[in-house]
Amino acid sequence: MTADLVRLEGVHTHIGQYHILQGVDLVVPEGELTVLLGRNGAGKTTCLRTIMGLWQPSAGRLTWRGREIGGWATPDIARLGIAYVPESMGIFADLTVAENMVLAARAGRPDPRRLDWIFGFFPALRKFWDFPAGVLSGGQKQMLSIARAVIEPRDLILVDEPTKGIAPAIIEAMIGAFRELKRGGTTILLVEQNFRFAASLGDGVAVMDDGRIVHAGRMADLAADAALQTRLLGLSLDQHQ
Amino acid sequence: MISLLSGDRPRSAVLSVILLAILVVLAAAPFAFPGAQALNTAAKICVFVILVASYDLLIGYAGIVSFAHTMFYGIGGYGVGLALYGWGATWVSVFGGLALALGLGIVLALAIGLFSLRVRAIFFAMITLAVASAFAILASQLSGFTGGEDGRSFRVPPELRPAFKLFEEPVLGLDITGKVLTYYILFATALALFLLALRVVNSPFGSVLKAIRENDFRTEALGYRTVVFRTKVNCLAAAMAVVAGGLNALWLRYTGPDTTLSFAIMLDILLMVVIGGMGTLYGAVIGATLFIVAQNYLQKLMAVGAAATEGIPLVPHLIHPDRWLLWLGILFVASVYFFPTGIVGRFRKAGPH
Amino acid sequence: MSETLSDPTASAGSAAASASASAVPVEPIPRLPHDRLPLLILPVIAGVSFLLIGDPTTWITLTLAGLAMGMMIFVIASGLTLVFGLMDVLNFGHGAFISVGAYLAMTALIPLAGWVQVDDLALNLAALGIAAGVAMAGTAALGYAFERVIVMPVYGQHLKQILVTMGGLIIAEQMIHVVWGGEQKSMALPAGLRGAILFGDVAVEKFRLVAVGVGLVVFLGMVLVLNRTRLGLLIRAGVENVEMVEALGYRVKRLFVMVFAAGSALAGLGGTLWAFYRETMTAALGSEVMVMVFIVIIIGGLGSVGGCFLGALLVALTANYVGFLAPKIALASNILLMAGILLWRPNGLYPVAKR
Repeated sequence: MTADLVRLEGVHTHIGQYHILQGVDLVVPEGELTVLLGRNGAGKTTCLRTIMGLWQPSAGRLTWRGREIGGWATPDIARLGIAYVPESMGIFADLTVAENMVLAARAGRPDPRRLDWIFGFFPALRKFWDFPAGVLSGGQKQMLSIARAVIEPRDLILVDEPTKGIAPAIIEAMIGAFRELKRGGTTILLVEQNFRFAASLGDGVAVMDDGRIVHAGRMADLAADAALQTRLLGLSLDQHQ
Repeated sequence: MISLLSGDRPRSAVLSVILLAILVVLAAAPFAFPGAQALNTAAKICVFVILVASYDLLIGYAGIVSFAHTMFYGIGGYGVGLALYGWGATWVSVFGGLALALGLGIVLALAIGLFSLRVRAIFFAMITLAVASAFAILASQLSGFTGGEDGRSFRVPPELRPAFKLFEEPVLGLDITGKVLTYYILFATALALFLLALRVVNSPFGSVLKAIRENDFRTEALGYRTVVFRTKVNCLAAAMAVVAGGLNALWLRYTGPDTTLSFAIMLDILLMVVIGGMGTLYGAVIGATLFIVAQNYLQKLMAVGAAATEGIPLVPHLIHPDRWLLWLGILFVASVYFFPTGIVGRFRKAGPH
Repeated sequence: MSETLSDPTASAGSAAASASASAVPVEPIPRLPHDRLPLLILPVIAGVSFLLIGDPTTWITLTLAGLAMGMMIFVIASGLTLVFGLMDVLNFGHGAFISVGAYLAMTALIPLAGWVQVDDLALNLAALGIAAGVAMAGTAALGYAFERVIVMPVYGQHLKQILVTMGGLIIAEQMIHVVWGGEQKSMALPAGLRGAILFGDVAVEKFRLVAVGVGLVVFLGMVLVLNRTRLGLLIRAGVENVEMVEALGYRVKRLFVMVFAAGSALAGLGGTLWAFYRETMTAALGSEVMVMVFIVIIIGGLGSVGGCFLGALLVALTANYVGFLAPKIALASNILLMAGILLWRPNGLYPVAKR
């Protein structure tokens, strides 16, 4: 068995007066791709943001390789080797694609070989290298956001709904990229609504509802059990298939 | 009584007692304190209660910061003052000047609101600052009309002059002079406008304002045009400030930049509303009273202190009466940080109802 | 942090460069519409006023005076708009740094009286430089403290920010009275910078040339830092989305205080220039300019350095032309200019893309 990279134990998160996470227990094993499923408003995004330190947990334990990181500032969490691809993509629209990538490479400049590897999956980035990121299409922005997260080797990548509103061809490229990252030993925590996409990539799966994890297990088991899918995911599954 | 307060009670026993005491003292001021300085202080409190309460509608209830409140105060002062100066000392001048001032004030408030409340709230603070300072310069430059830096002294209608006596005989030992009558006009107007403000904030309109202050996106999403509500409250507050300015001109029988338009008055208003407690309206009464009483007496204390510390480096400079603003500034920053709900908030938290 | 970026294309490997040159355009190449329309206002205003004024000599003098004033206002305003763009803080206390800068420069010039009075341009400029340096160092330190003590506790709370920075302004102005006294001070220009140079019929005051020079250097410096360094990259990214910059692993709080101190230093520099220009000063020197500064950054688009530059020139030129053509409405001209521009573009000429 692999070691746990990130572990949440009874984590609560409040945003203003709202109690969003109500005792989340989640384990992200090292080297695996864990998918976080659940309907809108279940707390998936808040879960990622809490790990990233963008919201502070109000109770519970949040650990990285066994070390408590609850209450850490976001930059310090990022420096542990965690990258974040938010649902809004977080592209710097006034900066060029190149500048977005240079900024993401904390070493100062992107490694040309790694860049070529990224261009292999997302050729549009090469083409629009010197263009302001604001002019890219939605799919191209999503490519850039993922490319930024992987421009340097990271231990964990948090990805929030990367397929939302994205063309199938780009989704295929994403699947390829995530597979290769996983092969290279990168751990991925993926929030997803698109079950087919999630099922094709996921090793482990956790399902959230009302701020709690209501199911955790292997993706293969869930993919094979139609009744369980219906019970856990209900209508949201039909919409996306 | 409660219906007069629109159901919005002080919600603290200590606070109720203090407010009642202020009310009684202000109501009885001409009888209780015959001296000119005490009556001046009481009249100033009445004027500032209107001014600060109307400002609280903006900052405390609608969550917008305006630096143009003294401009509207000045418009009222100049409106009544210049009308009395130019058209003669009649009641027609008083009401005609006030009506013109109200018209100008509301039009300006509407224009500023439509320009700046549409976009970010922070625009409003900057634009009001710019417009108000331009207005102040304008008022001092158009000296042929406004009297420039010197301002204008004028005569008030005969019934308001000190020589006028309402009754032959003194009442409770006091001659009811025109000055006393003027004071009661100020007092009654202040009381009426304060109760009106209470009514406004406890109406459905006031609830929408508070909702906007808490979360303007959500309020907009619920179908309320936030810019319309903000512009309305801006006009209402401006109108109240105009009236306060008019009353002040009647009381002083003088109007000029220093008594109406100066930025120092704007700071005084800010301090009174913060110290009293933003978003409570009662804070306006407490803040204005406390501040004006303190201003009159603390500056004298500082003079004594400065004289006593003569010879020590820096200290006499720090507590020189001219440095009054320094201490106000420190008090102001400290109260925003440590005392954000003001005196009213403190009392409400401390005591049972 | 301050390492200069080489051409990112080159560092990314030659593949990228050759690809962009040889790729067959299957998709239409997107183009960011370069928004040059606001730039046209400047020549239009200058042209119209030229026709109205008629006399070329007067027009050139007014234009140069306007440029000098615009540059000084830009130096003062640039830090404020950058701080707003990055930290979402509107510092109403910015005026304090202007005044403190001017007073520090005046104090620094006292021991340099010899260099000021001698008619030697090199020594004069050296004195000016030292005074400006002292002013900038002092205001940078003050800005650092101001950010830590006054501003930091109220990040994200606009109403409180306005109130406490206004309070900070009052305290700072009063402290100037305590330290330097309340009376008006004079600030004599160095001997070699007094008077004017004649270009044909046109008399150009020497100090205005200095002001234009300093303004241009600051503007170009800011453009270079923002576009050619990693620090600038971080600032530009932070203006758009602070949270994402943090998620990339950069400690933004440290960047904030640095930018705040730098913006305060620019205010100190601007205050020094402004005091030389006016040749007198009081503690209210800064708050008097602030009204114009606010108008400038609103016109330019809050947070935009380029917009601030354009706005400063527009405001100063308009004020000069109108002051000559119709002195009665000169006061209102800035407000009218602002109203007109906001009617056209409610968020200013170059609004900053946010999130």
